[in-house]
Amino acid sequence: MCEDCGCSAGSVQIHQGHDPQPNKTTTSLEVPTPSVRHLDLHAKILEHNDRIADQNRALFHQQGWLVVNILSSPGSGKTALIERLAQDQRNNWQIGTIVGDLATDNDAHRLGHAGVSAVQITTGTACHLEASMVSHALSKLPSKPWDLLVIENVGNLVCPAAFDLGEQIRVVVLSVTEGEDKPQKYPAMFKSAQVVLINKTDIAEAVGWQRDLAIANLQQIAPQATLFEVSARTGAGMHAWYAYLDQCRQGLNGPLSRSQNSQVLQIGRLSSN
Amino acid sequence: MHEVSLMQTTLDIACDHAAQQGAQHIHWIKLRVGELSGVIPEALTLAFEIVTTGTMAANARLEVETVPVICHCSACYQDFQPTGWVYVCPTCHQFTTDLRQGRELELTAMEVS
Repeated sequence: MCEDCGCSAGSVQIHQGHDPQPNKTTTSLEVPTPSVRHLDLHAKILEHNDRIADQNRALFHQQGWLVVNILSSPGSGKTALIERLAQDQRNNWQIGTIVGDLATDNDAHRLGHAGVSAVQITTGTACHLEASMVSHALSKLPSKPWDLLVIENVGNLVCPAAFDLGEQIRVVVLSVTEGEDKPQKYPAMFKSAQVVLINKTDIAEAVGWQRDLAIANLQQIAPQATLFEVSARTGAGMHAWYAYLDQCRQGLNGPLSRSQNSQVLQIGRLSSN
Repeated sequence: MHEVSLMQTTLDIACDHAAQQGAQHIHWIKLRVGELSGVIPEALTLAFEIVTTGTMAANARLEVETVPVICHCSACYQDFQPTGWVYVCPTCHQFTTDLRQGRELELTAMEVS
């Protein structure tokens, strides 16, 4: 709404001048000043990204791919989790990966050695992946009937939260070495997660991980998220996570019903071991 | 520091609108930024100074309106403004994930000449 005259019609409202002296006459010697105009806009800053994310999502749906976006701080074990997934499920699922890092293609090489197709996005100075980067990377991915496409985002618990990539499931990884209060410190990220994986549980005792406190924190900040406690190194807890993915794959032809969601939630809550 | 790329996108949108109006200068722009948008207003201000240098928005003013989070409680059907990052209904103490506002990231107004 215009702060000067209060009008608000239309998506872009233009006000010529708002001359405080509208009846003032201009002599031929005066140079007219360019008219000052006030534009009311309703422009979403991420509209371009969101439009491409919607295109990605439509493609994923059309192809029948389950697409997972994995986010975390650096060093929480995202690549190790994908390596373990690839090894454990190599006889069951065709898995493709898109990996984002500021520099190096080390992660793509690691995943290649684990037997999955991997496309590296090197973002340079960008601290997050955007939908257009994923769209471009898709053209480099071998054409296969993927069962699962895993996008490993840039290690960062702030910026990637704002960018929809078109994924069906957003997974945030929290490792036991990072501290139980990470959800409080990065609420926007944890509130955007459908799944939280607590990783490196094999060393929880050694680092004094306070499990009950961490889970209470997560349940307060991210009550929507399904939790799994896993170890990419030993494989502990991973089967419950795979069962969840399998259920999501089976639900690809339509959104999960409320009862299916409840079932998935129970699997998640029972995943500790 | 995604505020720089966001502000570059914002400036591109603003310059497009200004050009459509045949304007030469942008005097100020106004943004609405939700508390849960993942954007830090102070970082936006710095980013604005960086990206507007040498453009039609050089020396322009940036106004940021912070949009508070408003939640909806599905148990007692009321909207409420949470006091922190734990979204718990003040009446029935249920947790909620139903957000009615707080993720906004919009360019809402500008002045050009």
